[in-house]
Amino acid sequence: MMMMMDSQKMLLRRQRGRIALLAMGSVLFILAAAFFRLQILRGSQYVLRSEENRLRAVSVPAPRGTIYDRNGRVVAENVPGYVISVLPGPRDTIAATIDRLAGRLEISPEERLSLIEKNRARPNEPLVLRDNAGFDQVAFVEERRPSFSRVVVEPRPRRLYPPGPAVAHLIGYVSQISEQELEEPRFEGYEPGRIVGKDGLEAQYEDRLAGTPGVRYVEVNALGSIVREFDTGSGTPAIPGRDLELGIDLDLQAMADSTFPEGMRGAVVAIDPANGEVLLLYSHPTYDPNRFIGGIPFDLWTSLRDDPDKPMLNRVSTATYPPGSTWKLIMSTVGMKTGALDIHTYMPHVCTGGLSYGNRYFRCWNPRGHGAQDLSGAIKVSCNVYFYQAGQRIGLDALTAGVQELGYGERTGIDLPFEIAGLFPESRQYFDRRYGPRGWTESVVFNLAIGQGENQQSLLRQAVFYTALATGESPIRPHLARDENLANRRMEWSLGLPEIQRKQLVDAMIRVANEPGGTAYAYRLQRWTMAGKTGTAQNPHGAPHSWFVGFAPAERPRIVIAAIVEQGHPDGTVSLAVPYASRLVARYLESVGLPAEPGREPRVAAR
Amino acid sequence: MSWLKRIPGLGDPMLLGLMFLLTGLGIAMIYSAGQVEVPSVATGIWVRQLAWLCVAVIAFVLASRVPPRFLEWSAPWLYGLSLALLVLVLAVGTGPSGSWLELGPGRLQPAEVAKLGTIFMLARMLGDRDQDFAGLSRLWKPVAIVGVPFALVLLQPDLGSGLVFGVILIAALFWAGVPLVKIFLLVSPAVSLVLGFNWVVWGAWFVILLVLLYYHRPFVLESVGVILANFAAGALTMPLWNSLMPYQQNRLLVFLDPEVDPKGSGWHLIQSKVAIGSGGLFGQGFASGPQKRLAFLPEQHTDFIFSVVGEELGFLGVLLFLGVFAWILWRMLKIAIETSDDFGSTVTFCLFAVVFAHLVQNLGMTVGLMPITGLPLPLVSYGGSFLLLLYAGFGVIQRVAAER
Repeated sequence: MMMMMDSQKMLLRRQRGRIALLAMGSVLFILAAAFFRLQILRGSQYVLRSEENRLRAVSVPAPRGTIYDRNGRVVAENVPGYVISVLPGPRDTIAATIDRLAGRLEISPEERLSLIEKNRARPNEPLVLRDNAGFDQVAFVEERRPSFSRVVVEPRPRRLYPPGPAVAHLIGYVSQISEQELEEPRFEGYEPGRIVGKDGLEAQYEDRLAGTPGVRYVEVNALGSIVREFDTGSGTPAIPGRDLELGIDLDLQAMADSTFPEGMRGAVVAIDPANGEVLLLYSHPTYDPNRFIGGIPFDLWTSLRDDPDKPMLNRVSTATYPPGSTWKLIMSTVGMKTGALDIHTYMPHVCTGGLSYGNRYFRCWNPRGHGAQDLSGAIKVSCNVYFYQAGQRIGLDALTAGVQELGYGERTGIDLPFEIAGLFPESRQYFDRRYGPRGWTESVVFNLAIGQGENQQSLLRQAVFYTALATGESPIRPHLARDENLANRRMEWSLGLPEIQRKQLVDAMIRVANEPGGTAYAYRLQRWTMAGKTGTAQNPHGAPHSWFVGFAPAERPRIVIAAIVEQGHPDGTVSLAVPYASRLVARYLESVGLPAEPGREPRVAAR
Repeated sequence: MSWLKRIPGLGDPMLLGLMFLLTGLGIAMIYSAGQVEVPSVATGIWVRQLAWLCVAVIAFVLASRVPPRFLEWSAPWLYGLSLALLVLVLAVGTGPSGSWLELGPGRLQPAEVAKLGTIFMLARMLGDRDQDFAGLSRLWKPVAIVGVPFALVLLQPDLGSGLVFGVILIAALFWAGVPLVKIFLLVSPAVSLVLGFNWVVWGAWFVILLVLLYYHRPFVLESVGVILANFAAGALTMPLWNSLMPYQQNRLLVFLDPEVDPKGSGWHLIQSKVAIGSGGLFGQGFASGPQKRLAFLPEQHTDFIFSVVGEELGFLGVLLFLGVFAWILWRMLKIAIETSDDFGSTVTFCLFAVVFAHLVQNLGMTVGLMPITGLPLPLVSYGGSFLLLLYAGFGVIQRVAAER
């Protein structure tokens, strides 16, 4: 019985054992199949995923192109620099890291807030604290490596502008791309933290200067920390940006900076009329663009922004002024074109210091009067009374039309951002719109005629008109970069005067700067004949602005210059812009080795 | 090899060798799991496992020296001790789910001890005399024996160990010769519990159950009991689900679709699959799997150690491990079949089921075939208590084998 029970039991066990074995075998087979599917059939897909997991593409910054002046001297270059950034992580950790570094990295409380804001916007990207860290700052971090494990120091070329403040308004500056800029189409493909041109040439020629950043791969762990370089040659090297050569003369630029009338505001621009290259572009007061690199310190930014002298304003192309008497050449041109004037035209009213019209009295700048003058003499002495009548004779309609024909109202197209166009009524409708059809009289033409009233022009625009006067051709659009394409871009208008009449106007401008009694006679050049026109522009801010626009040598000019000193004509006799511009012209002509004109003292230097 | 046979209590030298081989492979993988580039608890932990191994070997030797009769006699005491420890751990337990007892230099997981105690108790009870399993109600004793530790473990809460107790019960009943239909009816409320999420599926299940009952024709009371139990289980599903911790719910949801929560609960599974998949045929090389190295792989030294195997040793390594496991399981099954002693046979088969269940659950989890429940891989995963349990169990099996 017992044995039978046992054998029965053995039978049962064998049967159940077979079931268990079958179950075990099939389940293990299913498991093996699952691994086979994952590792063999889908293996390559998971290899890829594993690499996506651990490899991060890191942008390799491309060195920006170097910018040279016309003589091959450096305007903007790259010097070794370091970027200090914090790896992504918990917000509190990052804030604590910023706090611990704030002292050494000179992070102000405002900057700290904006950094934390930036981290909130992009929590998964490294946060750049300083992109122009100095060596001591890098050393500070590296010496305390263990406690700054999330802080990354990477070498990255830093922008340097050796001429500093002298070139601030033309070079602009570079800085980290902003959140808004990342959305703009022109920065498509740019990644956060990238350095871009923000103003001036750096912004204008961003495409050419920036180059193409390369890519390298780093291995990161599950926490996102970079573990090591991943070296399989799978990255791409950065393509450096292209260099840029300018028509700018750094010597001239430096002189413009150092000789600018003390305590004044203003600007100067000089153009080579032969090719439209800008030789000089300087605005005062200025600032050091080098201090903008790697994050503008907040207090510097506010102090520059709130400075009543507006040091960040480019007064050459992004500001307009009443053109004052420099406008008289535009009047003369329009007058000659319409037949209202020729060089020998006298006006019915002799200048006795002013002119009555209706119930108003329009003054000449010289209360003693200029007596009888023809057009040439009126230009020489800058007689307002003459030009009041010239304006009247031309008439408002012909004047507005003629000024438009000379391309006023459009931008010059200089290769700098934010250029603004000037203001001049396009027709009498302008006044109707502005004051109502009965709200104004024909006397507006008086003010327009002497470069006042509804007449605001940029320094650059005036320089371009005088370039047309100097050459008799359609002026080439002014440009800072030396480039054949740019040298062929002419404006769509020209003076439209017969050569004889143009020469007559140039002769009149020569008298301004070379004949006793001419408004610029005191600052004539010793070795060359300069042609030009002074200006004294009334303005609501105080003393009149002092203008000078001219070119030299009068025959075959090499340089056209326009300068303005705001409130630079305080007592009606000293016009600060004239000597300033005159010296710059002399210096330039000397520097290019232009021989003195026959009959001029060769050995006497310019004053 | 015959000299090995002469070692007292050593019945299956091959099984012994396989056990040591797998433990060795496991310690190698635990070493590898510590080779990460992020500060990790797993670094250097293989030394601790080695220390545990020494303790485990002592347990193995002791267990192999104890006559099965003594074990059978002392089963109620061991079982009682297990339950006492389980109650104790509810009071003073430490660790993530309060399942550890601090014990001098190491920690003990009473749930592991209880598994062994329950197996002994079940084996004693089922081997006691020839059983008649004509009615389901006759099964109340084994169900109660498993039910108490099961409930205590669930209170911790430790769902994974709870399931293992279920496996032990089914294995013991299966091995004792309970008809398969009866086991099926016994388990049916559990199925209802799972299917209760969806009334249509649950309804279908209920129809199948009714058909089965009609053909099988058990006692009326029994049938009514099964039907009531299924009803109750199906109705309990949602309340029970809602009583689960969010992380437990997530784990089950993620099993259905890991991309539901790729940064949270799905992370484990996704990273495990990426690790295993990227291993390919030959693997990334021992100790140098990038997924593990860069800490993408969670719990790489415990629950997910097989992901490290897959990543570093490839499909060939996986086959090696599966082969060793299959061989060990086969040896265990063979001993369970061949031994004439009911107690020893049942204990061996239950241990077989425990190892098998852990293996299937753990490997299935790493490739997404099973939900994540946190069961370690026998002999391979880091963890002292489970190693201790297994070595003690293998000691008993060796003794059983020696006496067959």
